[in-house]
Amino acid sequence: MSGTDTHDDAVISRQVRRLESLLEEKGIVGGDTVDEVIDGFLAGASPVNGAKVTARAWTDPAYRERLLADGTAAVGELGFSSGGVQKQRLRVVENTAGTHNIIVCTLCSCYPLRLLGPSPGWYKSEAYRSRVVRDPRGVLADFGVTLPESVDITVWDSSAETRYMVLPRRPAGTDDLSEEELAGLVTRNGLIGTAVL
Amino acid sequence: MTDESARTGRFAPGAHVRTYLHDPPHHTRLPRYARGKRGVVVEPEGPAPLADVRAQGRDDAPVEMIYAVRFTARDLWGEGDHHVVLDLSESYLKEAE
Repeated sequence: MSGTDTHDDAVISRQVRRLESLLEEKGIVGGDTVDEVIDGFLAGASPVNGAKVTARAWTDPAYRERLLADGTAAVGELGFSSGGVQKQRLRVVENTAGTHNIIVCTLCSCYPLRLLGPSPGWYKSEAYRSRVVRDPRGVLADFGVTLPESVDITVWDSSAETRYMVLPRRPAGTDDLSEEELAGLVTRNGLIGTAVL
Repeated sequence: MTDESARTGRFAPGAHVRTYLHDPPHHTRLPRYARGKRGVVVEPEGPAPLADVRAQGRDDAPVEMIYAVRFTARDLWGEGDHHVVLDLSESYLKEAE
């Protein structure tokens, strides 16, 4: 695995463009319809949302408890949902001193889009999807992350209706930071579980 | 399955289950690597129409409880010290022997 954002999507891109032009030629969709749907789909979808949820959980213990008990409702308190076109159940899984969580979708590329934005290319790659369920420590090493042997790693394979987000550990030495400053420390990979903050 | 059992589910958290070993000729959400494996139910996640039937374009998909099921890497791959959690429909699961 390259660990970068590159992946070869030329073939599928050509197929999609051809399908789109056929639909327009036959008058099934208007010229702007597809762009409008995609813009609506992605509107407001960003890892900034997941970062805000994380910073709130770090600074408000009662919110953290609600987030871990019912992720869907707790992100809803901040005005977020997890799904794309459909609303989906969200489960937030918390990293601790003894446990580390990583998310994947081995069947396709399910992802909490509203909270994390469009997924990176490597998340959809066969290399990541097939390897992380078998050798998560090896995949983490590719991302420059080495965890102690004593840390139990759980890989959450989004194979049905639920979407997962990792609640990263709060970095040490951040007691004096505001909620907004803390949110600035949270990365997309931290929310996937392929980084430690 | 009745509507009532779809709501409450057949398996409780902590139940020991085994996934079926079938290889259906249609779409399924039971990944190949987790077929015929034993695991432990983490929690029921709520009912949903069975994707295997829905993906065939049929509108008679049964509504089944979906469970988060935890597997050890050793049971899945014969090695490793991590865990994998999958979301699996009730009909993919049977009670572990």
